[in-house]
Amino acid sequence: MALSTPEAVETAPAKSDIAASHTRRWALWFAAIAVFVWVFYTFALPNLGSSGQTIVREWMPLGSVNEALVWVICAVGLNIVVGYAGLLDLGFVAFWAIGGYTAGWFMSNFFNQISNGFYFLSAAPPNQPGIHLNVWLVLGLAGLICAGAGIIIGAPTLRLKSDYLALVTLGFGEIIPQVFLNGADIRGFNLTNGALGISPLDNVSPLPFGPSTIAIGDASIAISKPLGPFDTTAKYVMFVLVAAFAVFVSLRIREGRLGRAWLAIREDELAASMMGVPLMRSKLAAYAVGAFMGGLGGVVYAVHNNSVFPDRFNFAISIILLAMVVLGGMGNVWGVIVGALVLAWFNSTGLPQFGDSFNQQFGTDINFPSYNYLFFGSILVLMMLFRREGLFPETRTRQVLQEAERSDAEELDGGEV
Amino acid sequence: MTATESSPASTRPGEPMLSVDDIALYYGNIAAVKGLSMRVHKGEIVTLIGSNGAGKSTTLRAISGLIKPRAGSISFNGERLTGKQGHEIVKAGICQSPEGRRIFPRMTVSENLDLGAFLRNDKEGIAADRARVLELFPRLADRISQKAGTMSGGEQQMLAVARALMGSPQLLLLDEPSMGLAPVLVDLIFDTIETIRDQGTTVLVVEQNALAALRIADYAYVLESGSLKLEGPAAPMAEDDEIVRAYLGG
Repeated sequence: MALSTPEAVETAPAKSDIAASHTRRWALWFAAIAVFVWVFYTFALPNLGSSGQTIVREWMPLGSVNEALVWVICAVGLNIVVGYAGLLDLGFVAFWAIGGYTAGWFMSNFFNQISNGFYFLSAAPPNQPGIHLNVWLVLGLAGLICAGAGIIIGAPTLRLKSDYLALVTLGFGEIIPQVFLNGADIRGFNLTNGALGISPLDNVSPLPFGPSTIAIGDASIAISKPLGPFDTTAKYVMFVLVAAFAVFVSLRIREGRLGRAWLAIREDELAASMMGVPLMRSKLAAYAVGAFMGGLGGVVYAVHNNSVFPDRFNFAISIILLAMVVLGGMGNVWGVIVGALVLAWFNSTGLPQFGDSFNQQFGTDINFPSYNYLFFGSILVLMMLFRREGLFPETRTRQVLQEAERSDAEELDGGEV
Repeated sequence: MTATESSPASTRPGEPMLSVDDIALYYGNIAAVKGLSMRVHKGEIVTLIGSNGAGKSTTLRAISGLIKPRAGSISFNGERLTGKQGHEIVKAGICQSPEGRRIFPRMTVSENLDLGAFLRNDKEGIAADRARVLELFPRLADRISQKAGTMSGGEQQMLAVARALMGSPQLLLLDEPSMGLAPVLVDLIFDTIETIRDQGTTVLVVEQNALAALRIADYAYVLESGSLKLEGPAAPMAEDDEIVRAYLGG
């Protein structure tokens, strides 16, 4: 026990290198799986034979993969607020909604007051009314608007202790969708189109920058095909890129000073303050970064559905996102990704399919999808009872929960010092 | 006997490093500290002693900016601290090892030390301070990659002090460093506090274990129910049977 280990001291600084290579390895896995899925759906699936195709279309259509990616993006964002900084947020759906409506405003014919249309690198057909920006630009814009909203909601409320903060965010998550629902007539101005929502959205350009056609004189040359609403494969590529961005940012930020500040606040706010961590600024940053990703998720969700409707943004979304973060393992980005993929697939495809099979098998008539919240609730309860650290916990959580604490009595037994 | 019941706030010559002037601290409407004044001079170990609930920790929290005084002021090197945020006070050169240690249990010893240097950018200075605290507490070097929450209470206390030192403070605030420790560990911690002072860091230590604190302190303040009862050089105070019996539970 009293043995001095200078090696340990010397190897400690190399730790960040290990973490970096760990991150690289995971990044490779992420890319490999993403490419594999793309190859599978593009090339392998058409050659699979009709029964194989039916199974895939029923149990794992690419649309459900895309939707799961939307959840991944938002869950990774919520993980920054809840997992990294330890601030409970029950209203994350608000950012999702703001992101969605940003896409609706800037990527559709909705603002028909602009009768000739305002175009910027858009893949939309020309001479339509409304604002038509490039989807990648809209992603950035939605992220910034949401980050601003996060700061506005955070500034007065982040001084509250955790329970009260949770209540305030809950209220925020309820208010924002109501604003969109009732925003059809703001002193005569139609901001949100009310319950009818905004539909359809512009086609998106698969290229990160630039339109899909270049006009030379009178001729327009197509350099890439704009994506229609049913072009799921190309949307998949786009969603994977956005998800990769969210994952990359949340991994990098975690290693930096801000990440350490969040971790310290999560572990012990008072002690963090005594170490010189600026509490308000760090918490606001967590809100802003998380909200930014919520905004990305909102745009991607709008693109996925080719529309935005206010009733899609309900309280349950906040809870499902929270369940994903808890199931995967708070703070661990990879765990959260798995949690989001599994729960999103289960909710959109797995449970209805299982229900159909079950009903056919046993001749019953049970509406399984209507019990989905029973399953989510049970998952949360069971996780809290048996595996509080999540399926794939952060190493730091796992180690402390598994290593028994040494007592002072033990120490006296050893008679050291 | 130099300690008197109503001596002026400072009987020591020179400009104080930390000066607390007539502060009143409240939790809601309940007064925790009333009209407390005290001075800490550079190079001293000053102790603030008193029984449980006397307002000692509250005073330290106020110095660290976690509680705003309702009246009075606190200044450090002539600069007013009252109204500053916690991180600004750390930046000014005051680091605290809080009551109950409050190390980050799920981080390694090494990560805890890194967080102690959160506001610093001088890599060489941080490395030098890291070497210094590991020399002060060799046990931490043995446990450098262990999760802090899995260490014993004594080791956690060492880490709490070491972490505060990583901020390279001019003034180190220690809140009950002996709490819950075996006597042999208490001696070790207090010996180390003397070493820290000898290395040039001024120390203000809050203690319930008054005799242990008076043994190493240069100057002492005795707090009772939120008011200053006594102040004076520490050594004579520890030897005065009457004072020890009346205030220090001896």
